[in-house]
Amino acid sequence: MSSISHAAREAVSAAPRRRRRLGRSEWIGLLYVAPAVALVAVFFVAPLVMTAFMSLHNWPLMGEHRFIGFDNYVAAWKDIRFWRAMNFTIYYTLIVTVAIFAVAFPLALFVETPRRFNGFYRTAYFLPVVVGFASASLLWVWLLNVDAGLFSPAAVALGITPKKVNLLADFDLAFWSVIVMVVWKVAGFTMVILMTGLQSIPAELSEAAKIDGAGAFSRFRLITLPMMRRTIALALILSVAGSMLAFDQFYIILAGGPRNQTITAVYWIFSQSFVSFKLGYGAALSMVLLVILVVLSLVQLRLLRNPEGLE
Amino acid sequence: MTALARRLAGTRLGGLAEHTVGMLLAFLFLAPIAWTLLTSLKPPPEARQPPLPPWPVTGLSLDSYRTLGAFGEGLGHYAWNSTVVTLSTVALSVVVSLFAGYGFSRFRFPLKNLVFVLILSTIMIPFQSILTPIFLILNTLGLQNTLAGLVLVYVTLQLPFSIFMMRNAFDAVPKEIEEAARIDGASSLAMLVRVMLPLVWPGVVTVALFAFLNSWNEFLAALVLMTDQSKYTLPILMTAVRSGRFGAIDWGAVQAGVTVMMIPCLILFLLLQRYYIRGLTAGAVK
Repeated sequence: MSSISHAAREAVSAAPRRRRRLGRSEWIGLLYVAPAVALVAVFFVAPLVMTAFMSLHNWPLMGEHRFIGFDNYVAAWKDIRFWRAMNFTIYYTLIVTVAIFAVAFPLALFVETPRRFNGFYRTAYFLPVVVGFASASLLWVWLLNVDAGLFSPAAVALGITPKKVNLLADFDLAFWSVIVMVVWKVAGFTMVILMTGLQSIPAELSEAAKIDGAGAFSRFRLITLPMMRRTIALALILSVAGSMLAFDQFYIILAGGPRNQTITAVYWIFSQSFVSFKLGYGAALSMVLLVILVVLSLVQLRLLRNPEGLE
Repeated sequence: MTALARRLAGTRLGGLAEHTVGMLLAFLFLAPIAWTLLTSLKPPPEARQPPLPPWPVTGLSLDSYRTLGAFGEGLGHYAWNSTVVTLSTVALSVVVSLFAGYGFSRFRFPLKNLVFVLILSTIMIPFQSILTPIFLILNTLGLQNTLAGLVLVYVTLQLPFSIFMMRNAFDAVPKEIEEAARIDGASSLAMLVRVMLPLVWPGVVTVALFAFLNSWNEFLAALVLMTDQSKYTLPILMTAVRSGRFGAIDWGAVQAGVTVMMIPCLILFLLLQRYYIRGLTAGAVK
């Protein structure tokens, strides 16, 4: 390396000073990114490599760890409760994503139509997004409480149900309660993402279609939807990735109940790693979840990369 | 423009119906927040009853907040933990991503693009799956159960978004501005602080806002990494309160805690809304 640069220096007589300064600027550049690189290396890359390493070991919290090859993965393959948690997570992801879009899309169309007070509407619909998932869960677990909450007593007071119904005791009621809570908290976020897509559609396009006699619905189907494919794909990725990793709301509101039916994948990994302290086994489950998520993201990124329908 | 004019000239009745729907939706989104706020101000016996009506009828009281003061080491202690973690995460995220954004935008060095892509791609890997080794690494570094350890983890989680934001901000600054300053003989650090910082300020605010909201609200990492009760952040404390670990569940106290957790986020968002939306759309457009 040094002999090459030495040769180059001799070959071009005017070069020495420029070349040295370039080297120095390279060092300065590296210095600027060094803190970021160090943090990512220590708290992201190293843990990632360690997860893979640990997954091949029997690794209790205390005492020696022992190499056991792929035994953890074999155990994971046979772990009915893990796959039940995975099934539930996928079920939740499908339902909640559809529910979020079903609410967020009309909201985005509503606040994108020019009208007075739109700024207020946007802010109001968005506000729950900045409340944390833990805060939102603690808020809703109270609203959903059978005795001190809002919904059950209100239903009795309005004569909808004869007796107080415990919304958190039955799987379907509990599940849909969480869906409502998550839609309340997240719909504003998806709404804003979809708004950026709506704003990128040239106004002339739908004006022209209107003159050609296209109705509101066919304008939406033939212009809005295809023009927004990239934005929709992005909102989809964010919603799916976020939902596949759901934990806070199920831990805080339902604690996995009723009858352990609402334990998500992250919840199961959490309880294997940090309640049962089977660190190696938890790492193997983590690797499985990680691979599933990366594959999902890559598939969806392909969707995102394809060119826009009309261009 | 014509669409706007037509809409303004549209029927008054249609407009009224639209605003009725708009207001009803606004009520649905805002009501839970208002309900919590109002319940936290009720006297504890009333807060134990269903919140009908939502406003206090037997007078205002701060007793629910006082009750929280008696849990563990007191609300103030945990609010301080949360504040220290959050503000440190904000400061460190801003400094690290400011440097990195500047480095990636303005300097050339070996493997630059690869390193940049590598940092961004960490966003695809869920941090939930690498928490166990993070726990062990913090132990090795002697940072177990320290707020500093939690801060380092949070900053790392913020980096892909923050560095992406800051590099774009620096890329948008014309090179001529620095060339003029370089003739004056300013060093690169002086240039960054005096010349570039004011120009990339909106990006800095966006990075700071996202770092604040994410670290203030983060739950799982704090739950796993902070096992010492005196190191709890607010979400962990409040979950313990609600699960009855400090005695019977006091719903007034829970809602007081939720209010304390929500208010800073709501105020910051309302003040800096513009920067939040900019952060979201920066991700959406790219």
